[in-house]
Amino acid sequence: MAERAVEISKRSGIAAAGFVAAVILAALLAVLARAEGAGLGPADWAALRFTVVQAAWSSALSVGCAIFLARALARRRFWGRRAMITLLGAPFILPVIVAVLGLLAVFGRAGWLNDLLGLVGRAPLSVYGLHGVVLAHVFFNLPLATRLFLQGWQAIPAERFRLAAQLDLPAPVVAKVLERPMLRQVAPGALALIFVICLTSFAVALTLGGGPRATTLELAIYQAFRFDFDLSRAALLSVLQITVAGAAAALALWIVPPLAFGTGKQDPGPRWDARGGVMLFQDSAVIALALAFLALPLTAVALPGLAGLMDLPVSVWRAALSSLGVAALSIAVMLGLALPMAGWIATRRTGLAEAVGLLGLAASPLMIGTGWFILINPWVNPMSVALPVTALVNALSALPFALRILIPAFQDALSNFGRLSAALGLGSLAIWRWVIVPRCRGAIGFAAGLTGALSVGDLGVIALFADPGRATLPLLMYRLMGAYQMQAAAGAALVLIILALGVFWICDRWGQANADA
Amino acid sequence: MLTLDKLLIHQGGFQLRADFQLAPGRKTAVIGPSGAGKSTLLAALCGFVPLQGGRILWQDQDITDAPPAQRPMAMLFQDNNLFPHLSVSQNVGLGLRGDLRLDAKDQAAVAQALHRVGLTDHRDARAATLSGGQQSRAALARVLVQHRPLIILDEPFAALGPAMRYDMLDLVAALTQEQRATLLMVTHAPDDVRRIADDVVFVADGLAQPPQPATQLLNNPPQALQAYLG
Repeated sequence: MAERAVEISKRSGIAAAGFVAAVILAALLAVLARAEGAGLGPADWAALRFTVVQAAWSSALSVGCAIFLARALARRRFWGRRAMITLLGAPFILPVIVAVLGLLAVFGRAGWLNDLLGLVGRAPLSVYGLHGVVLAHVFFNLPLATRLFLQGWQAIPAERFRLAAQLDLPAPVVAKVLERPMLRQVAPGALALIFVICLTSFAVALTLGGGPRATTLELAIYQAFRFDFDLSRAALLSVLQITVAGAAAALALWIVPPLAFGTGKQDPGPRWDARGGVMLFQDSAVIALALAFLALPLTAVALPGLAGLMDLPVSVWRAALSSLGVAALSIAVMLGLALPMAGWIATRRTGLAEAVGLLGLAASPLMIGTGWFILINPWVNPMSVALPVTALVNALSALPFALRILIPAFQDALSNFGRLSAALGLGSLAIWRWVIVPRCRGAIGFAAGLTGALSVGDLGVIALFADPGRATLPLLMYRLMGAYQMQAAAGAALVLIILALGVFWICDRWGQANADA
Repeated sequence: MLTLDKLLIHQGGFQLRADFQLAPGRKTAVIGPSGAGKSTLLAALCGFVPLQGGRILWQDQDITDAPPAQRPMAMLFQDNNLFPHLSVSQNVGLGLRGDLRLDAKDQAAVAQALHRVGLTDHRDARAATLSGGQQSRAALARVLVQHRPLIILDEPFAALGPAMRYDMLDLVAALTQEQRATLLMVTHAPDDVRRIADDVVFVADGLAQPPQPATQLLNNPPQALQAYLG
């Protein structure tokens, strides 16, 4: 309907979007200005190739496996199904470094898998390199893809499955007429989203990659910066990185599906197809394998972590405090940017400003870090602002997700109560106070929790800036792992999990309170 | 006096014209087949739907481009008339001040309005916890404190049962009288028209006809209206 929309935060929304664009563009200009010199060497081209290859493998494997897992979860009812779907949301907020530690404990050189292989007299497998990076990316993104597909399955009207049951359609026909059209809709978006996420992933490559054959662009930036202190090469690589990731993100903007992170309130109805024994066996095996793949690494961290918890070095607690501070600041910055932006976008028809948010996904944290290092280096010691810069970059990275969570909620509230607000002449402050915040508390709390958890667990730009005396908990954990203090690292990992989940839980709880109206 | 001066509303392929005046103090029912544009007409009068042509005048003042809150109307929609997460008195208070900083006089007005619609005992309840009838009463209490010369109702009682709906219509009639307001309301039921309306605006075939005396029209309906009434 050609209706007059209420305007709630046009000016501040434009200002926030402008700020985000300015932070990213200033960093980009800074690296462009410094990116002089000999051009790209063979090692840089190898890094580019590896970045794209691992992202392609990671997204293809995640999406491929997710189709089977989501299908099994969609058509089976079993005890603990809801819990498992909730568990699928956990890797998204799980600190990368913790998951890597867990994956090492299972798949690493002295891990459980190699113990098993040793028992049957096989040579041990190495988890480092391409397959390690892909393994970790699948660990993180298989659950994300599965949840996207589950949404797709839930979006198929129950009546269609009832009709299929009445006509006694066999499973292959159900797949053809009901499921494959949905998959064709969801899969490209899921592939694109995961591809972009993996392009800019840093911590996984830092811990499981490395060397001439398994270095991503992000990691190459870090090494040029940190080890060679070759700013112009780091800048050159940053330009390459944002070109690749920006192109992919721009492409993804058109096909990425809306993200709903909730558990899915209503239980789907019963299913009558795929009752045959082979299908049942296949689904059970898929679910059991996925459960093992996701739960074993976590268990492998938690068990030694409990032992390590007893004698943690003091530095762990200090780092934990820093991490909490960074997370709190990052939540504040994210809210300061995302709320006005979402308010502005929700009253517009086109998603122009959402593109600005997606820019945060494309612009790699290390590119922004490198750029701002170049910009502030002449004025202040970058080390001294390591924590605020980390918080800002974390907020920018969380922004695309926050916007995708907030905007639909805002649109919903405004479509229900926009007319009433206009009829009563509520000003924009009153609309925020009486309509948006109370109606969208759940979404706001969820976005804040996600930002906080991602920020607590982030090992990215902090690695560029930090000096030995200043570390967040993930960075400290990385250092402990590098020093082979595995017991202490596991203890720190447990603290980190508790912090990340705790921050998420507190924010999410705030959102859920009074949400019954 | 509200003047609809050669109004033209365009929406997609849909078109509606209206050219008449509403005399002060009259209670006018808007009837017509669904999809004819009754709700759209009301939404346009209240400033929610832009006009393609024509003007809206109130006491000879052009309000065609005035924002909804600066028009002389208090409107109730088909649903979402209350903020479900706020209390009843907050909902009513929002009719006075958007920031809810109510002075003693405002609070007295809220209390009196709640008393008038019989909701004094529910003033602190959240709107979501009220029954359908109570929600309608709360919304009417807000219309009372808004104290606008025009009350516009877009079938806010459609979801209520007949007895409850009649209660509400009687309440609306009484309140309109007390406030010396002009009433314009959409309805589907000829019974409602007989119960409350002085005049009828019949909307069909892209035209909102000028108001005609209700009894006369219902007792002697022209062909199009007869077809609608069945």
